[in-house]
Amino acid sequence: MEFPGDLKYTKDHEWVRVEGDSAVVGITEFAQEELGEIVFVELPPVGSEFKAGDTLCVVESTKAASDVYAPISGKIAAVNDALGDSPDKVNSSPYSDGWMVKFEGIDAAEIEALMDSATYQGVAQS
Amino acid sequence: MGNQESLRRTPLYQNHLDCGGKMVPFAGWEMPVQYPAGVVEEHLCVRSRVGIFDVSHMGEIEVRGPGAEAYLDYITCNAVSTMKDGQAQYSALPNSDGGIVDDIIIYRYNPEHYLLCVNASNAEIDFQWLQDQQQGSDTFHSVSLKNLSDEYAQIAVQGPKAFSLLQRIFGQDFQATLKPFWFAPAIFDGEEVLVARTGYTGEDGVEVFVSPKKASALWTALLSEGEVDGILPCGLGARDSLRLEVCYPLHGHELSPKISAIESGLGWIVKPNKKGDFIGRSILEKQKAEGSPRKLVGFFVEDKGIVREETKVFSPEGIEVGFVTSGTKTPSVGKESGKALGLALVKRDVAEIGQELFGEVRGRKLKLQVVETPFYKR
Repeated sequence: MEFPGDLKYTKDHEWVRVEGDSAVVGITEFAQEELGEIVFVELPPVGSEFKAGDTLCVVESTKAASDVYAPISGKIAAVNDALGDSPDKVNSSPYSDGWMVKFEGIDAAEIEALMDSATYQGVAQS
Repeated sequence: MGNQESLRRTPLYQNHLDCGGKMVPFAGWEMPVQYPAGVVEEHLCVRSRVGIFDVSHMGEIEVRGPGAEAYLDYITCNAVSTMKDGQAQYSALPNSDGGIVDDIIIYRYNPEHYLLCVNASNAEIDFQWLQDQQQGSDTFHSVSLKNLSDEYAQIAVQGPKAFSLLQRIFGQDFQATLKPFWFAPAIFDGEEVLVARTGYTGEDGVEVFVSPKKASALWTALLSEGEVDGILPCGLGARDSLRLEVCYPLHGHELSPKISAIESGLGWIVKPNKKGDFIGRSILEKQKAEGSPRKLVGFFVEDKGIVREETKVFSPEGIEVGFVTSGTKTPSVGKESGKALGLALVKRDVAEIGQELFGEVRGRKLKLQVVETPFYKR
């Protein structure tokens, strides 16, 4: 199982990748594996604002509907529309094609406080 | 997790751990929901090859005595008096409202000796119910009831390759000797087991009643002998998606004391013309003839998403007309149609094939279409 070193992680199995002034968010390989076949991702509207810990979106797998929490605070700059037709990208490519939303107006300190790859790996595999 | 302590384990518990089973609480038991292959692979394996399931959590109740046939005909809705020795029958225990206390399989050894297979969560409730129905009748009171649930483990062997695999283990061709819904004793490892041509997957196969001390050896023999067939152990997840594709009702979902047997789509096991009275007869007879106020329907989800159990169902005019009893995206049908599916109990006037309905999921109304069932045919 892969946990890329350039990402930050939460205990709820979201990942964050900083790209300049914005940050891309998705769920980890461990999360997609636990959820099983993902059939639908309900994404938030572009422009909506979240505080860290808010429910960001809902991922529906054949097993259950699960909340994805906002790992950081900010405003949604973009969402991955490709998940509409291919929610399975979250299964096949959780860290790249399966990304979910892009935040702007982010707080670097908030991201810095998240877990690094090694720490998260310990959480996921405990 | 405190209540983990009180969960019961089947004789195959260690086998599940050895197979990498992911154990979850289910109906008071600690059962495998899936193994490393995953629900989808396990499901498809049963459809195309062969899979085995631990169903030892099911309850078994022995009914014996000269009054056994009349007693069973009184407490069940199907016709026990038409059964032959060695035959099994799908039936249900109705309450006086026509609702279902439990759905069961009755196995007849002879007219004075039967075994009932009942749902895991209901073994105690059913036993009490059976005892309560003996009151007030000398004939019924003389019938002996024994809860034998701890004396049987049960392994279901299901799929197109089930019979060839069983032949290599038992040296018998059950496909030739057992008709569907018949059972017979066989010998495994020097001990008698019961082999019944029944199942809950929509595929051909058997359920084997085996003593707890031989269960592990039988499980292991099936897995090693079935390796050439590509056998997989299968968990509760696959069991549920398999049964839903063929629309077998599940207690607590499609069946409950508050849903009549006719509403559940079990009209085919309600026999008002059988010998003697039975519990729930008047209402079930009426509903069978005139139709029930609600009906169980199958649906496809036309929008993206899954519409799960307990979701409220609305008519196109926005009127609440019922609720979903089971819903998911299943491996065989889901792959072909790309759609999630489910069963819903709705008012009779919106139960026609082609009817458009809506399921409310997290504030969104997803479009449903009533379709013919079952979703999958062998």
